[in-house]
Amino acid sequence: MASVRAQTADDAAHLPAEAAEGGLHIDPMHQFEVFPLIPIRLGGIDASFTNASLWMVIAVAVISLLLLAPAKKLVPTRLQLIGELAYEFCFNMVRDVVGENGRPFFPFIFTLFLFILAANMLGMVPYSFTVTSHIIVTFALALFVFIGVTILGFVRHGAGFLRFFVPAGVPVVLLPLLVVIEVISYLTRPISLSVRLFANMMAGHTMLKVFGAFVVGLGVLGGWAPLAFMVAFTGLEILVAFLQAYVFAVLTCIYLNDALNMSH
Amino acid sequence: MEAEAAKLIGAGIACIALGGAGIGIGHIFGNYLSGALRNPAAAGGQFANLLLGFALAEATGLFGLVVALIILFVF
Repeated sequence: MASVRAQTADDAAHLPAEAAEGGLHIDPMHQFEVFPLIPIRLGGIDASFTNASLWMVIAVAVISLLLLAPAKKLVPTRLQLIGELAYEFCFNMVRDVVGENGRPFFPFIFTLFLFILAANMLGMVPYSFTVTSHIIVTFALALFVFIGVTILGFVRHGAGFLRFFVPAGVPVVLLPLLVVIEVISYLTRPISLSVRLFANMMAGHTMLKVFGAFVVGLGVLGGWAPLAFMVAFTGLEILVAFLQAYVFAVLTCIYLNDALNMSH
Repeated sequence: MEAEAAKLIGAGIACIALGGAGIGIGHIFGNYLSGALRNPAAAGGQFANLLLGFALAEATGLFGLVVALIILFVF
């Protein structure tokens, strides 16, 4: 969203919350605001370094710290062990889902998984910014995966990739309808992939902010109840952060398997 | 009816979709548990499918939540 859009959306969010609560200001949407830190204009395009860009850079820095851990001993140090665990986890996932054909694409899947994981986890740090809670970020990732996998399918199988939309063993009378349904469900893949991650992150952080406001609003006497819920819910959000990164990576592997091995 | 009131009612109705998400998630985990209690040795192998199925079921409900947010903040 452009910053002007966010401004009007903030105003729309303020009014019902203030009127309803009478003194308690619940503003869960302000945390998603993107603002420029270093304004940069390239011709007519706004290419500013925003807070979203900053947290993406921090995510990459955290991943680099994890993977480029200095000591590469045969008996791993603890930091190296975490890196090796992540590598093995991703490698097994790619090998189980895609098979040997997927080996060249393992670096991409690994990068994707670690980037989304780091971005989600960094969002759990208080006062930080969740990069993946914006649809444009997740849509860029999902669109890249979708276009890449489709091109890969056409490169690997040529025009025969279109046989993917015609499942085997279907009566001929049903074929026209079924092909249309198959194509539509294929075209909704980037949308479902991106919206799944975006909605999980945005809904989770909105809920955290709302319950945080409840803690403050109920004060010393009643504030312990929403606080206890928030502790449990923060734990759940950390689990969801990991789970959504894993699901994004697994679905990418499944789409890759569809394109490479055409298992329909 | 004012537009603001209609927006709020529409957003509330759109959130009913999350009930379906709850049912779907409960169904998946319930089936996993009943299968794991019958065949504990095979349960670990299907854990990955469990997480995948959970995320896919939850996503469908969250699409309804996204519609609610669009109604609230875009219109």
